[in-house]
Amino acid sequence: MPKLSYQKALNRALADAMTADETVFVLGEDVRVAASNVTAGLHKRFGDDRVLDTPLSEQGFTSFATGAAIAGMRPVIEFQIPALLFLSFEQITNHAHKFSLMTGGQCTVPVTYVVPGSGSRTGWAGQHSDHPYSLFAHVGVKTVVPATPADAYGLLRSAIADPDPVVVFAPSAALGVREDLDFGTLAPVSLGSGRIHRHGTDVTVVAVGHHVHDAVAVADDLADSVSVEVFDPRTLYPFDWDGLTESVSRTGRLVVIDDSNRMCGLAGEVIATISERVRLAAPPARVTRPDGAVLPFSLELDRSVQPSRAQLADAVAIAVKERP
Amino acid sequence: MTASTVDIAVSLYRTVRLIRRFEERALELVRSGDIVGGIHPCIGQEAVPAGVCAALGQDDLVTGTHRGHGHVLAKGADPARMMAELTGRVTGLNKGRGGSMHAADFGVGVLGANAIVGAAGAIATGAAWARQRLGTPVVAATFFGDGAVNEGMLLETFNLAALWRVPVVFVCENNGWATTMRVDDAVAGSITGRAEAFGIPASTVDGQDAAAVLAATREAVARARAGGGPSFLECRTQRFEAHHTFEHAVRLRYRTDEELALIRARDPLDIQGARLDAAVRADVDSEIEDVLGHAVEFALASEFPDPLTALDHLYASGLRPRPGSGV
Repeated sequence: MPKLSYQKALNRALADAMTADETVFVLGEDVRVAASNVTAGLHKRFGDDRVLDTPLSEQGFTSFATGAAIAGMRPVIEFQIPALLFLSFEQITNHAHKFSLMTGGQCTVPVTYVVPGSGSRTGWAGQHSDHPYSLFAHVGVKTVVPATPADAYGLLRSAIADPDPVVVFAPSAALGVREDLDFGTLAPVSLGSGRIHRHGTDVTVVAVGHHVHDAVAVADDLADSVSVEVFDPRTLYPFDWDGLTESVSRTGRLVVIDDSNRMCGLAGEVIATISERVRLAAPPARVTRPDGAVLPFSLELDRSVQPSRAQLADAVAIAVKERP
Repeated sequence: MTASTVDIAVSLYRTVRLIRRFEERALELVRSGDIVGGIHPCIGQEAVPAGVCAALGQDDLVTGTHRGHGHVLAKGADPARMMAELTGRVTGLNKGRGGSMHAADFGVGVLGANAIVGAAGAIATGAAWARQRLGTPVVAATFFGDGAVNEGMLLETFNLAALWRVPVVFVCENNGWATTMRVDDAVAGSITGRAEAFGIPASTVDGQDAAAVLAATREAVARARAGGGPSFLECRTQRFEAHHTFEHAVRLRYRTDEELALIRARDPLDIQGARLDAAVRADVDSEIEDVLGHAVEFALASEFPDPLTALDHLYASGLRPRPGSGV
């Protein structure tokens, strides 16, 4: 079977969405030459009108897209680096996100924001290495973090087709992931549905984005002693609470690996919600970035504040040690 | 005057009068407690929306500001549903979800009042650009105050609109005050100079004269429709009232009585009213009283929305958010 890379899957999803719907267009910085590779070939195929290079005016073009959306188009914005989401946070949360409610349902704002290369890029230091998906889940903007090429394709297609704003984080550490698959099977993946990558009976590990691959690797390593189930929420908001509840109800134990800062991060919400719903056999655990983390430049420092496989293996070992 | 110029003069006066009396009735409802949260009255500034919207067609678009009742009414929204919105009723333009600062009526091209200063320009620009791409070109007029000309996002928008020749008219309502800050203390350089720096034709207009605003807007709209891109109008106007009705309670003192008397000396209602026969003017006044009498009655007789529907419309997809309590 042919191999599809995560990056190529995003590219294919954009091309297919633009082919299927003339109102879909892409805008962002350096998208015509495809600096991030995700928009490769689109300018040649769809022309100037549908692949718009913008000046470095993130706040202006983010709300420009909101205006285009309420007037009937489906913009897809590519943000070159995750920190641009901080710059345009007001435009996304205070305008795009609120218009449907504030107008009493008079408009929809179908904008997709794609960040190809979220989280650490290894050596890109403090201002290019954030992973702010918990912020968007907190304010209630639909937020997806695909882990695999097929999910990257399917979730991006669903994000573009959705009538509401959606932020798509494509973790830098997942962009190179390749998957053997029949391209004919690529299809939209509905927002809000999680996926179990590996079945297990002793503990459920919730892993976000690129950490899904870490969780599967740790589960394989520990397979002789512990049976680990790996749950990938795929969409962080809305979250597949029923899917995760079902999993943890079987395993009785919960560990979360999440590339957010610890304070008010996604892992805290996952643990709180599951603790409300399920009587756990052992205290839950989380592996996250530290509170208030700023990624320092030097390689070992950069890695030291990101969740690691070793930390996850330790957390799993502690969780399963507490037998009921 | 020819028949049509008389009609235009009457129509402009009617709009100015409608906005003035709407605001006065709304102030009564603030005092009575029927409008909660207060309002930013646009009394004194009515000629700007009246003149600008008279140059636009039904399909053209506008975005307004926190001081936005005039923009919504001048573009043709139903005053009764507007008053119902201000009083938080389910019959309001936004079903009681928006209120004074977010009133919208997409049916007549009002993409919403926007309460973040300088934020709506990019939205109006994107909307006008999109309609052109979709083959249904329109012109968008976006209103903002003098305070907004120091917002970076608006300056970014001037650049985008000029680069992409978007059919948008930037309308600066320069009332001399950003809340309590004088424009002279806030603006380095000039207001029109900001637009000119991006190659956008800019002019300064007497914003107390609805006919002058109409004439200037017609020129800008014609340029936009002919593919000439954006224009900028600085409408010099006056805010007769408080920045917000909370000032009535806290008694902010930043304008002297003498200054206020000067500010109120050129009233757009009188300027446009003087162009009408007294009998015609009296007829319009009486007509507007009826319209607003009905509006207030309609608003106060309407139902409040059911709290169980508080987060309806949050997601167009129908997604229901988790409640704040329970499992």
